Amino acid sequence: MFACIFAPQLPADLSLPEFAYGFSPLVEEVRTGTVVIDVDGCELLFGSPYQLAREVSERAKKSRTEGGLESSVSVAIAANPDAAVHAASNLQGITFVLPGEELTCTGEFPVDALDYSLINLEKKVVNEILETLRLWGVRSFAEFASLPVAGVSERLGQSGIKLQQLAAGKTERHLKVKQPAPVFAHSLELEHAITELEPLSFIFARLLHQLCAALNAYALATNEVCASLQLEGQTTHERKLSLPYPMRDHKVLLKLLLLDAEMHPPQAAVKSVSIACEPVKPRVLQNGLFVPLAPAPDKLELTLARLAKLVGEENIGSPTLLDTHRPDAFSMKRFTLVTNPARRKRRQIGSRQLAIGNQKCLGFRMFRSPLRAIVQADQGWPTQVSAWGKQRSVYGKVVNVAGPWRTTGDWWRDDRWARDEWDVTLERSGQQTLYRIYRELKSENWFVEGNYD
Amino acid sequence: MKAAFSKAELESDIASRFGDVFKLHEKTTVETLSTGVDEIDTLTGGLPRGAISEFFGPASSGRTSLMYAMLAYATAHEETCALVDTNDVFAPTTAAAAGIDFDRLLWVRCAGNLEHAFKAADLLLHAGGFGLVILDLGDVAGKDARRIISSWWYRFRRTVEDRPTVLTVISEEACTRSCAALTLELQGAAEWSRANSEKSKVLPMRKLAPAIQPLITPGNLLRHNAIKVSRQRPLSPWVNESQFRAANF
Repeated sequence: MFACIFAPQLPADLSLPEFAYGFSPLVEEVRTGTVVIDVDGCELLFGSPYQLAREVSERAKKSRTEGGLESSVSVAIAANPDAAVHAASNLQGITFVLPGEELTCTGEFPVDALDYSLINLEKKVVNEILETLRLWGVRSFAEFASLPVAGVSERLGQSGIKLQQLAAGKTERHLKVKQPAPVFAHSLELEHAITELEPLSFIFARLLHQLCAALNAYALATNEVCASLQLEGQTTHERKLSLPYPMRDHKVLLKLLLLDAEMHPPQAAVKSVSIACEPVKPRVLQNGLFVPLAPAPDKLELTLARLAKLVGEENIGSPTLLDTHRPDAFSMKRFTLVTNPARRKRRQIGSRQLAIGNQKCLGFRMFRSPLRAIVQADQGWPTQVSAWGKQRSVYGKVVNVAGPWRTTGDWWRDDRWARDEWDVTLERSGQQTLYRIYRELKSENWFVEGNYD
Repeated sequence: MKAAFSKAELESDIASRFGDVFKLHEKTTVETLSTGVDEIDTLTGGLPRGAISEFFGPASSGRTSLMYAMLAYATAHEETCALVDTNDVFAPTTAAAAGIDFDRLLWVRCAGNLEHAFKAADLLLHAGGFGLVILDLGDVAGKDARRIISSWWYRFRRTVEDRPTVLTVISEEACTRSCAALTLELQGAAEWSRANSEKSKVLPMRKLAPAIQPLITPGNLLRHNAIKVSRQRPLSPWVNESQFRAANF
């Protein structure tokens, strides 16, 4: 048996499916304000189906604090879910439809009241059929159901047959059971505040294990993990891990979270821990047979996190050139593996051509920051260069020189640059080394920018 | 009672109890990765995978040019590369001109910290999957390079042994001791194609490329290298120590 609950005046902040879960776990939400529940097996809890319908009706009138809907609902019980929907939608109060006698209750309903969305028919098709029925003089469910099936099939096709079965309450279908939305967030309140990272790791491990189990159950993965730590002093420490690839290995996530916590430790004792993740579809990748080996994504993420802890996040990644002529202008971006085959191939061809065209490129080692130099000049031409820094020193007699090349830019900004560059060969102890030196036009100071190698 | 055992009996007895754990690991074939410079590939056969290669030489001897050529070739052939830059001297603008695909290059800047550089290289080698890992010690002074304890090199050699990774060390002086399978000594120097022979004559301005392209176009310098194979272990026996001059790389 099925019970349909129809609540047209439902307040917007109340959920009819949540109310229906109080009676049965098998709930189909037909549309907003209409649900169908399977009441088979509920006899021990609520008695007969009629008693269950009364219980539904009475509980719906209760206030929301008592689990009610604060409004009256129509309830219909029938052996066919679609007949129950029609009865509840068109009759107020409690309606009990005996099995096999659906037309006794719904037979007088006009054919326009047929809910064709229950059998997935298009509105245009249904309108044509209803127009035909009107021309035939068929007005009610009972008249439509009494038509011979063969004749309906010949004249109205399979859509007509389905509509006739709907009117007769003889459709056969299963409930489209509404699944409660999965929650990928877990939290834990601690009896005693934690001040060290090691005991916190056990809390992380437990919560992440639960999260990954939930993700695994729904065949999902995550690419974003948010950890929120409630600290003493009513402050919150929030960290977000953005992963380039979806993953659900709790061990990897735990290590990443711990490395992040070591780099950004909470500033006070932790009172409660919440971890939530964004569920996404897992990554499916088919590598080519002849594609060189690449690091495993989870291992790569762990390695990058460890490297970030070792040398700092700003010191690892892939360089990206900036659209400017400013010397040594680049930015660092997160290192991710190129996985798109089309993009990979395009890049490969492009870079190969570039490599072939630039085989004569001369290597350059950039000194960061440039060495402040003392340059002796003869009529403006460098003859002797001396520069000392913490890591290196450059000095020697200029034996060959080319330049100057003047470069300027960004004159409208405070950090504008203007300089004269020289390529020089310095000789020291018989060893000749090529350097690039430059003179800042603003300060008229000399610097050694790097050496050609 | 049998007083003496033959060597074969002892070996079979040990093998029955411990398997072939005492058997020496033999490498049958050596896979190589091209350096991107035909002359060096002809000379050495390429960089051996699963082994350490070392390039050493003074400043301006062509170490960085060779490193760029290797990275350009490897990234163009879809290898994932990593550069451990001990002194933060990698110049992306020049490297882009050499054809390096930055999407396949992981750059680790160690800001002069030698310990960080070695730990970073160790992490990268243990992660696996990298085709080429370069440890750039080119600006580390010789006295510091000689102080690097041997256990690091043995550890690296052992780590890459069973992986298709090429570990390349670039330094001023040979420092990997006996752990490198291939050691190349660079002796070249850049030559001038044109210089200011007369001080009154001013060279034309550098030709500027479009902004997104690298700026450096050293049109007055010409690469001219001499490379000597100092040691080469796993490759073909007919490759002897030799010296050659390779122009324009």
